[in-house]
Amino acid sequence: MDRRSFLKGASVGAAAACVSTVAEARPNLEPAPEALGMLYDSTLCIGCKACVAACKEANNMDPVISGDDLQYDSAKDLSGDTLNVIKIYKDGTAEVKDHEENGFAFEKRSCMHCVDPGCVSVCPVTAMRRDPLTGIVTHHTDACIGCRTCMGGCPYNVPQFEYDEAFGRIHKCQMCNQAGLERISKGGMTACAEVCPTGATLFGPRTMLLEEAKRRTNLKGGDTYHYPRGDISKPESFHEKDLDANYVNHVWGETEAGGTNVLHISGVSFDKLGMPPLGDRSYASQSETLQHTIYKGMALPAVALAGLTYFVKRNKDKDGEE
Amino acid sequence: MKGDFTTLEKRLGVSRRDFLKYCTGIAASLGLSTSDAIAMAEAVAKPKKRPVVIWLHGQECTGPTETLLRSEHPTLERLILEMISLEYHQTLDTGAGHQVEHMKELSMKENAGKYLLVVEGAIPTKDGGVYCKIAGKTMLEHTVEAAENAAAIIAFGSCASWGGVQSAYPNPTGAQGTQSVLPGKTVVNIPGCPPNPYNFLATVMHFLTFGSLPELDSQNRPKFAYGRLIHENCERRPHFDAGRFAKEFGDEGHKKGYCLYKLGCKGPETYSNCPAVEFNDIGGGTWPIGVGHPCFGCTEEGVGFTKPLFSLADVKTHTPPNAFPEISDREETSNVTAGAAAVAGAAVGAIVGGAAMAAKKSGSSDARDSQD
Amino acid sequence: MSKAQPLGGTIFTPFFMAMMVLFAISVYFLGVRFTEGMGAVANINGGYPWGIWVVYDVVIGTALACGGYALAITIYLFNKGQYHPLMRAALLASLLGYALGGIGAFIDMGRYWQFYNLLLPWHMNFNAVMLEVGLCVATYILVLVIEFAPAFLERIGATGLLKALNKVLFLFIALGILLPTMHQSSLGSFLVAMGYKVAPLWQTVYFQPVLALLTALCMGFSIVIFEASMSKVAFKLDDETHLLSKLGKIIVGILSVYLVIRFAEILMHGKFGYIFAGDKNSLLFIMETVLFIIPIVILSSQEKRNNPKVLIWAAVSMLFAGSLYRFNAFLLTYDPGPGYSYFPSVSEIMVTVGIVAFEIMAYIVLVKTLPVLHKPKHA
Repeated sequence: MDRRSFLKGASVGAAAACVSTVAEARPNLEPAPEALGMLYDSTLCIGCKACVAACKEANNMDPVISGDDLQYDSAKDLSGDTLNVIKIYKDGTAEVKDHEENGFAFEKRSCMHCVDPGCVSVCPVTAMRRDPLTGIVTHHTDACIGCRTCMGGCPYNVPQFEYDEAFGRIHKCQMCNQAGLERISKGGMTACAEVCPTGATLFGPRTMLLEEAKRRTNLKGGDTYHYPRGDISKPESFHEKDLDANYVNHVWGETEAGGTNVLHISGVSFDKLGMPPLGDRSYASQSETLQHTIYKGMALPAVALAGLTYFVKRNKDKDGEE
Repeated sequence: MKGDFTTLEKRLGVSRRDFLKYCTGIAASLGLSTSDAIAMAEAVAKPKKRPVVIWLHGQECTGPTETLLRSEHPTLERLILEMISLEYHQTLDTGAGHQVEHMKELSMKENAGKYLLVVEGAIPTKDGGVYCKIAGKTMLEHTVEAAENAAAIIAFGSCASWGGVQSAYPNPTGAQGTQSVLPGKTVVNIPGCPPNPYNFLATVMHFLTFGSLPELDSQNRPKFAYGRLIHENCERRPHFDAGRFAKEFGDEGHKKGYCLYKLGCKGPETYSNCPAVEFNDIGGGTWPIGVGHPCFGCTEEGVGFTKPLFSLADVKTHTPPNAFPEISDREETSNVTAGAAAVAGAAVGAIVGGAAMAAKKSGSSDARDSQD
Repeated sequence: MSKAQPLGGTIFTPFFMAMMVLFAISVYFLGVRFTEGMGAVANINGGYPWGIWVVYDVVIGTALACGGYALAITIYLFNKGQYHPLMRAALLASLLGYALGGIGAFIDMGRYWQFYNLLLPWHMNFNAVMLEVGLCVATYILVLVIEFAPAFLERIGATGLLKALNKVLFLFIALGILLPTMHQSSLGSFLVAMGYKVAPLWQTVYFQPVLALLTALCMGFSIVIFEASMSKVAFKLDDETHLLSKLGKIIVGILSVYLVIRFAEILMHGKFGYIFAGDKNSLLFIMETVLFIIPIVILSSQEKRNNPKVLIWAAVSMLFAGSLYRFNAFLLTYDPGPGYSYFPSVSEIMVTVGIVAFEIMAYIVLVKTLPVLHKPKHA
């Protein structure tokens, strides 16, 4: 084999690798068999922030004090001290709830628990893990090296690092099921869903939540509806409410980037609520398809190394000593 | 002035100290200053002529009158009787029948344009208003007639303000509030079931003192009393903010005094000063939420007697600008600082400068070695 | 062929002292970083987890350190032995660049005391680009040490060891070609997982690795030209323009392929409009493209590339082009959502400047004490 044919072979191999990406693309992951999640209904949210307070208490996190004149927890966004926060969309006079023009709407920011999570895919040391049964994405500090790739790889900017600590950690919502808390494993539900007075945050199996979300988004303004609270599979109570505004006919998280276990519905379009522009393919599946196409389980680099070794040796011998 | 108060002490049977205290209290509940309190005291102490009050009763339970009778600092019924000239009041009049009706007509004629009209109770309008008749005339006729020459009209209680319980579906008598049967007239609404007597007294005092009505909201309720949501002043509010709720009557949260929102408390959509003024002058949190029952929204048309008792309220506190982070608010972000830009620029400049120097020095020898 | 020799001479020149000051400043800020957390020094935040410590020190720094890689391909794969005189200096620059990239990564690592988890098989996630980059870079640093070892062994006169090493060196040279190919392309693959945050003009699912690799190669050749030109001036060495200008020819070839792929991808996906959108991103794209085209224009002309004065500008333009391409993709056009912004703080920049100063200091010390460069024959 001479250099020319080696290079030819190499380029053919590379071309084949490119072509095969289409054929062997890794598809999006499917929802976990017993996927658990939450449904956040922006139209039900009254902005009481009980979920924010309950989250801090359950996860034993410090309040974020924003200024001298605010002496209570007033986190602006997710951070190393905040796993869950209620934000507001405002337009114009902001008079009418759940209206895009001259209205306002609430939005909950917390981990979406992606069906095909980017953070799990990009973490070099498997510090992010997706539970094979429930699909809950947890973080494991003992493994984490703090490279923060998960932050870049998360479409929702959810994992957050404690930049203000000499020995910081990554924090994210783990659906109250991290080691030491394990509310779900013990048969409970997330603290935010449990405390939510209106059922705006509803806990339960993803399939049931998705069904519920679709039923709601098909309602029209003026309809009355019985909203469950707490855990949708065993709701502690219902409450009846007239629909003031129409739902946007879109369940966020059904398909976005492979779907999420935490679903959102709203009366205002999701880009207004700060949701990112996502397609159906998960970034994890695209990135992994690319990596595995190039490396083919390290077979390709091994072949390349063999070829390289042959040529280097030949050329070096021909060259004599340097 | 001192003399005035001495006669007042005799007249009202209250000490000067107690009287001034009372006026200061009333002024405070109106949000007025101490000097206004003195003005009030003077207005009461030396009345030019006690203003005439005509008090009508429609469909109601006499709750507003009862609540007024129970306001007692100091001995209020005397104050009312001395301050104003209550010339017609079906509950309190000693006379009855044609005699009082005649007196009323006479008084209205004599004091045309000067008397204060207080309406208590809703006014049925269906079938010509036949469902409430007094002295052969319908309540509707009485109201329109009395309103004709009134200096000011006060609707006291939820029934008079917007119809109250009898206006609830299916409203068989077509009960309406005072305002809706008096188009074109300004009716001050003091809703509540029962209404808080001090909101009424303060409004009357304001009218007596300044000759005008206090500032009103869009539903013609005095702003000093109905300017804020119950939710905003509620002593249980911290429990709401912290997410601690009573889930059913008698449960642990209920016993601990947690927020009653989940039990259907209408505080978040009801405007009233109940948590600040309370009821019956005994203190100690004596008002519905204070004693463990959710507010049912009696001062709010469309809430009290309309919404189911235990259904969730629409929370109205989050009218902007409340402290909610906007979608684009972030914890820490960094913008370009002049120093950082300068340092970054200097770093790039150093590289370019170094290259320029090298290029310049290289140039001196380029003639020698350009042979490719 | 002349033999590489230590240059000798004083180490503590005024320039060297200035570098020491810069380094001392960065040591102070590093002290703050390790005692009070990264937030006290760097402006990285929730939306921009990676600042210049990753993007410059690691992503750009290692691309700038591709001189050894580029020359190894030229010499050993394409059998161009005449470039041997440039090899040691290029290897040294690569070694320093990569070692400091490694140090930069370590500084930026939030939980550096657990870095060894990268090496524990039960922790490894083989889907992660970061794992591949981390392991590859770490291995390549070792390979570079071994590749550069002959210079040290010559200096201490360990001829026996030198001979033994020379027998197996081909294996390491082969690895030294394979590893950068892998991780330089992977540094591009990082962008894929970041999805929409990377601006459309810089985001492409299947071409990231090849774009990153081609620009890294060009930067490798350019840094050889740049560094040889600077050394020539700084240490008054012989002119090697005849060799360097041929490297320039290689750059033209690779760069043309790069630009064809780049623009084909943009046209293919209908993103052409973004170039002329007139916003910040389009401006940065145009700047970047101009910097890429300058070296092509200069180096295509034989006359120009034989002029060392012009040649160095072509190299500098190429280095800026490759750096800007990376800065653009990872930071300047990176958009994690409304409300987030990033610009490095003074202290953050000073840490990076200090690292570069250290790199320059180490280079000066090593070329003065070890046989790396070729002294002028007439000296």
